[in-house]
Amino acid sequence: MPPVDLRTRLGHVELPNPILTASGCAGAGRELSRFTDVAKLGAVVTKSIMLEPRSGRPSPRMAETPSGMLNSIGLQGPGIDAFLRRDLPWLLTQGARAVVSIAGSSAAEYAELARRLSDAPGVTAIEVNISCPNVEDRGTVFACDPDAAARVIEAVRAATRPGIPVFAKLSPDVTDIAEIARSCVRAGADGLSLINTLLGMAIDTQTLRPVLAGVTGGLSGPAIRPIAVRCIWQVRQALPEVPIIGMGGVRTGRDALELILAGAGLVSLGTVIFHDPGACDRVLRELADELARAGLARLTDAVGLAHRQPASAARNHHLG
Amino acid sequence: MTAPAGQAELGPVQLAAPVLTVRRVDAYHAMTVVAPRIARAFRPGQFVAVAVGGPDSAMLLRRAFSIHDVRGDHGGTVEFVLAARGPGTRWLAGLRSRDVLDIAGPLGRPFPLPRDPASCLLIGGGYGSAPLFPLAARLRARGSTVDFLLGAGSADRVFGAQTARRTGRTATITTEDGSLGLRGVVTDALARVIHEARTEVIYACGPMPMLRAVTMFADRYEIPVQALVEESMACGIGVCMTCVLPVTGEDGVTRMTRSCVDGPVFSGQAVRWDDVGTIPWDVLGAPGYRDAAR
Repeated sequence: MPPVDLRTRLGHVELPNPILTASGCAGAGRELSRFTDVAKLGAVVTKSIMLEPRSGRPSPRMAETPSGMLNSIGLQGPGIDAFLRRDLPWLLTQGARAVVSIAGSSAAEYAELARRLSDAPGVTAIEVNISCPNVEDRGTVFACDPDAAARVIEAVRAATRPGIPVFAKLSPDVTDIAEIARSCVRAGADGLSLINTLLGMAIDTQTLRPVLAGVTGGLSGPAIRPIAVRCIWQVRQALPEVPIIGMGGVRTGRDALELILAGAGLVSLGTVIFHDPGACDRVLRELADELARAGLARLTDAVGLAHRQPASAARNHHLG
Repeated sequence: MTAPAGQAELGPVQLAAPVLTVRRVDAYHAMTVVAPRIARAFRPGQFVAVAVGGPDSAMLLRRAFSIHDVRGDHGGTVEFVLAARGPGTRWLAGLRSRDVLDIAGPLGRPFPLPRDPASCLLIGGGYGSAPLFPLAARLRARGSTVDFLLGAGSADRVFGAQTARRTGRTATITTEDGSLGLRGVVTDALARVIHEARTEVIYACGPMPMLRAVTMFADRYEIPVQALVEESMACGIGVCMTCVLPVTGEDGVTRMTRSCVDGPVFSGQAVRWDDVGTIPWDVLGAPGYRDAAR
């Protein structure tokens, strides 16, 4: 059997394979590079970068939950200056492709970040983390309001060099994710990243207090994978031509294929990296095997394929 | 699970490590696995991060354990000590010889060693003493003297009392219930031990309140403390940002610092013990930090 063609596209940029790191789960690649060759990834998606250094939230910042975890890091990071001086050049010297995630508290902050990144050489794409509170609107999360999300994406697209694709990362904590997706695409997003964590909470029954110092946190891990599949499916149906980076609880090549069949052309690995620092290499290998087993010679042939299959065929195919 | 080509030979690796033995040691379990590359690269103070529950586990976070011992048999073995308190550690304690463990290590910064022979006091709380024994061996090999001060709630929770007595110049034990050694906590005995041993350097590992108390005490005598912290971690390799605590750098700036890659060993005097679990107002990037700095 000839090897499966794993090449895929991130907007108009061709990548050798579809496996990316999810923002916030691989730093800026340096730590992970001790366990995996970052140059062999489709791309490294960085932890969200902000304009200023940020301390994040107090600890405890993490709680393990069934097949998942809650985190309340609070976007701790070095700020754009240190990122451009230290982290981005390092990624590029490794031969890695850098997708830079950005976060801000106003549309102007996002735009400033996009402008700074456009001036720096070597940014493959920008992923806009809009799951942040809007300080200009009483802390409403941008990603939960189609107009606020659109304003951020419009500002970022206008500030970004035309050659750099802009992906909007959406929150699943909305009533109609397709509506937010449409709004972002209308505002100029070249693609969509689906999904961010879900807001969750855990209470310690010994101390009778919330586990996380930040009280609520983002739920990630295999527990949320069905929600990711559903969101990708719905957005793909609404916007069949728009590229999607899928993420949410992918642990194996089988899981990656599930998101791809729902409509993702690329797949980011997040929480699984905490569990298995070698996950990126493993999932890529497993995905190639899964595609070959399904008789698919090219990854791109699998993208969104579940939408086209008659419901009766292969219904029980993936029951493990 | 192999290291990528070109990696520095002594960096951490992720391995499928066969279990050699799991034995009960008082209130704890000591697990020995065959992991030659980890054994070879190990320096005292470093730890391993292990996946629990098997390949389909619903427990996703790695558990971090200080390395207690490495040996040359079977090509290289690594031993760590655990307290089987939750589902993950209970799963580990239930492993048997020839089971395979997904393990990454050696991780973290090791204990710095004194340039010249010194009188070293090694203080352990509970099974926090586990990483102190390979350190003691390394210190003795370099001509330093080693005194032990170990404490716990009860006798069965003092890890390594016999080894401490056998290998230390002195060994002082404290238990809160008085079931072994002196009744009380380690800091009750600290003044006397420091005085008698003419302590020049302190190494400590145990719960945060103990490390805080030891550091405050040592400050009075201007004795440097190297403290190994037991922060809870999700990944152990520096990517998840959960194991942070406020640490002041040589530039005088306090940063929320990861204990997995920038620790777990810190200069006790650099850790803002009173601010652990908070974001101090003057930490780099704290809310309002720019205004405060102006």
